[in-house]
Parts: sequence; structure tokens; C-alpha cells
Amino acid sequence: MAEDSKPNFSNGAGAQRLRWKYLDNILNRPGPFTDPDWEPGEAVVEGLSRAKILGAGGLGCEILKNLALSGFKDIHVIDMDTIDVSNLNRQFLFRHADVGKFKAEVAARFVEKRVKGVKITPYCGKIQDKDEDYYMQFAMIVCGLDSIEARRWINATLVGMVDENDPDSLKPLIDGGTEGFKGQARVIFPTMTSCIECQLDMHAPRAAVPLCTLATIPRQPQHCIEWAHIIAWEEERKDITLDNDDPEHITWLYQKALKRAQEFNISGVTYSMTQGVVKNIIPAIASTNAIVAASCCNEAFKIATSTNPFLGFPETDNYMMYTGDESIYTYTFQHMKKPDCPVCGNLAKNLEVDPAFTLQDFIESLAERPEAQLKKPTIRTEAKSLYYQSPPALEEQTRPNLSKKLNELVSDGEEVAISDPAFQITFKFKLLFSK
Amino acid sequence: MTATTPPPLQGPTSKEKKYDRQLRLWAASGQAALEESHILLINSGPGVVGVETLKNLVLPGIGQFTILDSAIVTEADLGVNFFLEEEHLGGFRAEHTCNLLKELNPDVQGHYITEPVESFLSKPDILKPYTLILVSAPISPELLSRLETNAVASAIPTFYIHCIGFYSHFSVHLPSAFPIVDTHPDPVTTADLRLLTPWPALSSFAEEKTTELEEMSHHDHGHVPYAVLLLYYLEEWKKTHNGQVPQNYREKIAFRDMVTIGARTNNPEGAEENYDEAVAAVLKSLNPAEASSAVREVFQAEECKSLTPESASFWIIAHAMSIFYKNHSSLPLPGSVPDMKAKSADYIQLQNVYKTKARQDFAEVLDTVRSLEKRLGRIVAIDEKEVEAFCKNAAHIKLVRGRPFHVTLPGEGVRWGDRAKFAAQSLTNPDSLILLYIAFLATDAFTATHPADDLGGAVKAPGEVDPETDAEKVTGIALKIIDDLISEAGMFIEEPEYSEVRSKAGEYVQEIVRAGGAELHNIAALTGGLVAQEVIKAVTKQYIPVDNTCIFDGVTSKSSVLRF
Ligand SMILES: [Zn+2]
Repeated sequence: MAEDSKPNFSNGAGAQRLRWKYLDNILNRPGPFTDPDWEPGEAVVEGLSRAKILGAGGLGCEILKNLALSGFKDIHVIDMDTIDVSNLNRQFLFRHADVGKFKAEVAARFVEKRVKGVKITPYCGKIQDKDEDYYMQFAMIVCGLDSIEARRWINATLVGMVDENDPDSLKPLIDGGTEGFKGQARVIFPTMTSCIECQLDMHAPRAAVPLCTLATIPRQPQHCIEWAHIIAWEEERKDITLDNDDPEHITWLYQKALKRAQEFNISGVTYSMTQGVVKNIIPAIASTNAIVAASCCNEAFKIATSTNPFLGFPETDNYMMYTGDESIYTYTFQHMKKPDCPVCGNLAKNLEVDPAFTLQDFIESLAERPEAQLKKPTIRTEAKSLYYQSPPALEEQTRPNLSKKLNELVSDGEEVAISDPAFQITFKFKLLFSK
Repeated sequence: MTATTPPPLQGPTSKEKKYDRQLRLWAASGQAALEESHILLINSGPGVVGVETLKNLVLPGIGQFTILDSAIVTEADLGVNFFLEEEHLGGFRAEHTCNLLKELNPDVQGHYITEPVESFLSKPDILKPYTLILVSAPISPELLSRLETNAVASAIPTFYIHCIGFYSHFSVHLPSAFPIVDTHPDPVTTADLRLLTPWPALSSFAEEKTTELEEMSHHDHGHVPYAVLLLYYLEEWKKTHNGQVPQNYREKIAFRDMVTIGARTNNPEGAEENYDEAVAAVLKSLNPAEASSAVREVFQAEECKSLTPESASFWIIAHAMSIFYKNHSSLPLPGSVPDMKAKSADYIQLQNVYKTKARQDFAEVLDTVRSLEKRLGRIVAIDEKEVEAFCKNAAHIKLVRGRPFHVTLPGEGVRWGDRAKFAAQSLTNPDSLILLYIAFLATDAFTATHPADDLGGAVKAPGEVDPETDAEKVTGIALKIIDDLISEAGMFIEEPEYSEVRSKAGEYVQEIVRAGGAELHNIAALTGGLVAQEVIKAVTKQYIPVDNTCIFDGVTSKSSVLRF
């Protein structure tokens, strides 16, 4: 700790730097856990100001604020959503008057105004709109995306960008997610450490209620709502596209569900529950978002400055799990890279299947199986095409396979390649027949 | 089909729309408690962690907040505090952060006080208006101690928060008895079906639904609810086991095999979902309905055993509950039935069997409550709904006993009391962050003896100017605290563990001193999230709060909750 002093920086010397007095204590002084070769001071400060960083997703407000006050100066933000009134209980950069405007735009302007000297470039659209050239400009990517599909897309893109001969092509991905009082923050060094696809089975989709339960033996209020949503709407209003945000549509479903519930003596259908089931609403609160977003930005700051060890360094912890409903509990561990990961591994992943399943059954099961989660799969073996979602001509040609049993189409242990329009990569699976 | 649907009679209000995502967690009752609360923040130092906490409380809609802070906005504030702007330089930090926080939610009232803590605290009853108090370090130990005494006297929950560099800590001092009924246990793991001790109505329902089970059509056989199946096979089991239900793990496994064999495989599906569910439920559901140790602790509490006319309603109900438990060897039935494969009518019927019994149990407890009230001469009757909520969650109620902060008064060491042994044992536990906690206590002791100026209350953080010298001093204090703890616990730590403990404590101190009293925005934001979450639990009396110390290490991204 000998080098402490107040050095003069070329970068914003004097009064300007006074503003960063607290941050500078950390940037200008080594600590007991910093690398012995790490040199604090001007270079660290400059590196931080130059690092271009991308933030995205539902945790965007927190992420932008945190990055701006961590000393990052060139921040980009992607968000396709517009502001809804139900965002206001946690997304603190938005006011009632902003409802309907693009989140990225409003958030960027707000933080630029509040934190002087930071430049925030918004893009109002999907992360999938952008290509490798775009992502190549960033030092790292911090995201708190709501959808697992968007996460898998950015993960696969960043893994695919890695060029062994170009160290700049490796972009750390810092990902945060929350659900009620629970959340997680994780750091991925594409190709080097466990990726989002390696960890896919930790975020299994909720099991869907079987159709026959909805159609013939409902028992829960949710079953009646799903019936109204999936069956009644299709039967009675198939010409109208269901809009989850249209109160008239939700009200129609609510009343249908309520009537069905009464027929079966089921109680508990409410408007709020109808909305929750139809829109698949996940509870979200300011405190958990603050915890998870700050954890992500803390890791981003450490990676950008080397002011302390960070999560995700190969062979060390890369994942922090958080639970806050029963006291406070965190579990920080190293998730291992999977050699059969369809994105960052090179081995096909084993998938146990029932040989008596038809191809159609198998395709439907792929959407729900935690290790696959593919909704529109196109499947082929090395020798033949089993099923194509598109173009229509190929779809038609392969459609007869849908009713064939798996053991008529593939042999036990055969490898299949599955692609899905949501992802730019091909998944390799080895189909093992269950006995 | 052309006519639009008329709006429902009770569509969501604009408040329900705004708070939808949180109402799904703590419901209208929790929201009402938040809206009635008034949170006081006593701020100092860089003061970010307290403001970030308030942000996370203003957004979900607490009633009011007050910031007490006499600091003037400086350039350094603008680099770390999001709720200040350039034009506020030279103004009162309390005033401007208050105004910017208020912008977040028009339903919340914000106030500020720029008076020094010392004179503020010297007024009588000054803490009375507040529901809960947040104190952000650094603060002089004398003031912290006085504040804590006043708050405890009025049963106001108080939080003491540290946030320095990559580290943070907070301790919660809850009232001496802080009972929680609405703990929100996980519904999946807590289904209470009482299959080992069915009451007559349940037994006869099960018997009726399993008459000629073997002769049933595939459809009927595949739709017998799993709870009923288990009751049926338990009866079968008892026939060959002297009328006893499965007694231990091995017997439960044997029983499970018996259920597995009962499933039909000669049907078109080749298996039966209801049997799968039954098999999966054996180990979870075949447990005696004994009260947990947490519940027994409530029954044994002095407040529960000796009621007075002034007893809180919680204790009256708890007392009634303990009588029920004594008479029935089980708690009142909660009455909810998890979803299971079944025909709609059968499932609804089964639900009603459980609901009816739950209502009977509740009525019995309510009777006891009423006679207790009469005996005690209480005038205002306890709300029936409160008794009902208690019955529904009886197995998961929780009592937290508030515990005091460690205040490092000059000349007095840290005393660990009944937690000395636990604390001393934690010193060598690699997963415990107790040494970081001790580093914070040592920092407090340092600031107590290093006033920054002559204005009472203001203190100097270690490492502000001379990190090397300060680190040495603070390490010395930390090592003394460790040695005192080991001797208070009457323990001895052998080498090389002892040296490891000392050097680890030294590293934590160095990292704290490196920051020179600085808050890092990320750590302040993260800690502000943790504290806000705990404030919400304390105010709504829902979920289970931290008891009583939480430590966060932003270097390794790990946390510890310790009871001191
Ligand atoms: Zn992978």
C-alpha cells in the first residue's frame, strides 16, 4: 500500500477527477488480493474510461446506473421493450409520463443527464438484430435478459466469435436474472468456461399442464384459465389474434375461465390470476433486481480494472446463486464446462428417447426437455432429413415422417443434428433408446 | 362474437397495475403495511448504501421516509451517489437526495432533517414517529448505543450498516419478540395430508373411492387421486404389519415398492400417472404431524405460557394452538390439497374433506381463543382472520428474538455473550465471513478514537490519508478482538490455524483500509438491495428475516449470515 498518493492524471486532472475520489482509492492502490504484477493508477483509469460496454435486458436501469457510477464512459444499451405501468415498481429511470416510450431511449437519456461525462448509446430493438461486427466492438457484455431464448442466442453468438488467434475476439458475458426473491449472477468467458448452454438444465421450463387435463378434468383455477386461453379462444375467437395486453381480451378469458370453474365447482379464478397465467408473469421486485444487477456490474468492474479477482476466471467460481425469501443465502461455485455442450463442446449430447415415440411426439418433447428446450426443431441424421420446419416444399416432403416411430427412422445411438430458427447453431444429440 | 366483452366488475385499480409484480409476492396485506410505514435513515460517510436502500423502498411504495444527514454535497458525492446532480453542489445532501428519491414514486412522502445526529437524539420521544430505523456507519459508538437504546425501548426495528470498498455488513436489531405467521413456505415441499392419521371422513372417502380397485376400468384406475391410493395401500400394509404404518426408512421403501407394483402396465399408456405421483410422494408425505422445533420454541416461550391481558394477539393464538396440540398431538390441519391426477369431481370432493376438517380445527382453536380472551378480561376481540391465518400456517410460524449490535465503545472490548462459543468456532470455518465482520468492528473502534474534526459525531475513516499506518493500527485492534473472543469462549486455537486466522483478518483489514472509507457504487447498490429486502420483511411481517448479521464479500462474491 506504499504507492498511495494523489497522482495527476492526464485524463480529467484536477477538479474533474475530484468527483471520482472514492473510486480512485481503489484504482490507485493495490490490495491484499490484487495480482502482484498489477499496476494501479493512470493506466487502469484510462482503460476503464475507454472500455466500451454493452448492457441489455430487464435489469437495464440498474445496470446503466451501476456501470456509469463504476467509471465506464462508453456504454451501449439494447432493449426492444416499451415502458409498461407494471415496470414502475422497480425500473427507477421511468416515470408515469414515459409509459409507452422505448426503454433504451428513456434510460440512456436519463443516465447521461444524471452522470456527467458518460456517453450512452441506445438501440431500441432485439439483440438478435445485431451481427458479429457489432458485438466485436465491446470489451464485454452485461445482460439481464428476461428470455432464455435471447440469452442462448447471445451466448452462442459470443462463443462463435472467438478466434484463437485474436484475443480481442473473446468477450466476457456477464449474465443476471431474477425471479421474485431469487436470482443469479454468472460470468462466462466464451469457450474457456462453462457457458449458458452448459448451464441450461439449471433453468428448466415449467412443466405444461397436459391438454387432456385442461379439456376434460380441470381441478385448479389455473387449469380453467389455460383452457380458456388455449382451447376456448381457438374455438370461439380464432379470427382475432389474442393480445395479452388488451384488457378486453384478458377480460374475455377471465369470464370464460370463471364460468368453466363454476361448472366444475372450482374456486379461485381471479382477474389477476388470469393475467398471470396468460402472460406467464414472473414476480419482480426492486430489491432482488438491485442485488443481481449490482453483482453483475461488480464483476464487470473487476474484470475491466483487475482491482480484485473476479468470477469466471478459469478453474475458479463463476456462478453466484441468490435466495432471499428465507434469510439471505448465496451459493457461489464453479459450474463445470460440459464436453457435450452443443454450443461450446464438441461431443454430441446423449438424449434418452422412447423408441416407440413417433417423430411428432419426439419433436413435442424437445420443447419441454430441460436439456433441449427447442420449440421449432428441424432434424436430420447424417444420411437423411427427418423433418424440416421450412421451406414449405421440404416440410411437405418430410411431413410423413412425423407419424413414424423413432425406431423406424434412426438406430439406437445414432447422432442427429437439430437446428431451430431461434438459434444460429446446430445442436448435436446422440439418441439412446430407453429400455 | 362481435360484441366486446364488458369490463369485469372488479378490474385492477391503477395501484394494482403499478404494483402487480410485487403484489404477487406479499399481497395486499403486505402492501398495506408498507404504505403505513415511515422509515428513518440516519446517514453519514459517502452515504450511498442508505440512499440505495431507500430507492428500493420508495419504488414498492413505503408510506414515508426521512433522511437525517447534515453533510453538504461535494464533488465526490457526484461520482458515487445517483440521487444528486451538479446543481446541488454546496447544498444539503439530505434535501437533494430526498427530492430526487421522491420523484421515483408520487405515492411516497419524503422528508429530510439536516440537524446533527447528536442534537437530534437528545430530544425526547424523537424516534416515536418511525416504523424502522436505518443507521449507516460511520457513527460514533456513543451515539449508536444511545440510538439503539431508544429504538429498543419503543420496539422499533433498527439496522446498522457498513459499506466500505468491496465489503459490506448489516446487523438487524428486531424487537425482543418478533413472531412471523406468514413465512411463505414452499407449497411443494410442505403439503400436509395427514395420511398416517386419517380422520373418519377421510378414511371413508378413501375406502369409497378404492372399492373394487382391481376391477376398475383403466380410466377409473388411472384417476384415483394419489392421496387416496396411499391411504388404500397403507390399510393393506397394516394388515400384514400388526396394524402399524411403515415405521422407518427401510419400511417406507418396502411400502413404496408395494405401491409401485399396484400400478397397471397393461393399459394403452403402459403406466399410470397417479401411481407415479403416489410413489414419488411416499417419502415426503408419510411423516408424523409433529410440530417442528421452531413451533415448539414458540409454545415454550414465556410470553406463550403466561398470558396477560396485554399480551399480543400472536401469543394468545399461540397459547390456544399449544392447547390444541396437547389435545390432538397435531397442529390444526391447513386444509390445502396439492394438485394431483384425478377426475374433477373426485378432486373437488377430496378438497372438501380436507377443508371441512380444517374448518373444524380452526373453530376449536377459535373457541379456545375466545375463552382465553374472556378469562383475561380483554375487551377487543382478536380478528377471526388472524386466527385463521395462524391455523393455515401453524406448522411454519417462526419467532425471532431481537439481539443487540456489537458497539465498540472506547475502553470496552467486544462482548459475545452466549454466542462466544459459536463465534470462536467460526473463526476457523473457511465458509464463515466472521473475520470480515471483526475487521468491520475493528474499523469502528478505530474511527471512535479518530474524530475528523471537532464537530461532535463526524469521524475519520481508516486509510483516508495514510493507509499503511492505519492498516497496522486496525489490524492490531482486530487481532485483539480475536484473542479476546477466543478467551471469552474458553477455547484455544492451535497453530497453524491460529496464524492463518490472524493473517486472514489482516487481509480483510487491508482491503477495508485500501478503500479509505470509500463506498463503491456496486457494493452500495447490492447491499441496498439486501437491506431493503430485509426492511420489507420486517415491515410486512412476511417471509423469514436475517437473524441477525449479514456480511457480503464483493471480492469473492460470497455472503454469510451469522447470529451474534
Ligand atoms: Zn457450453
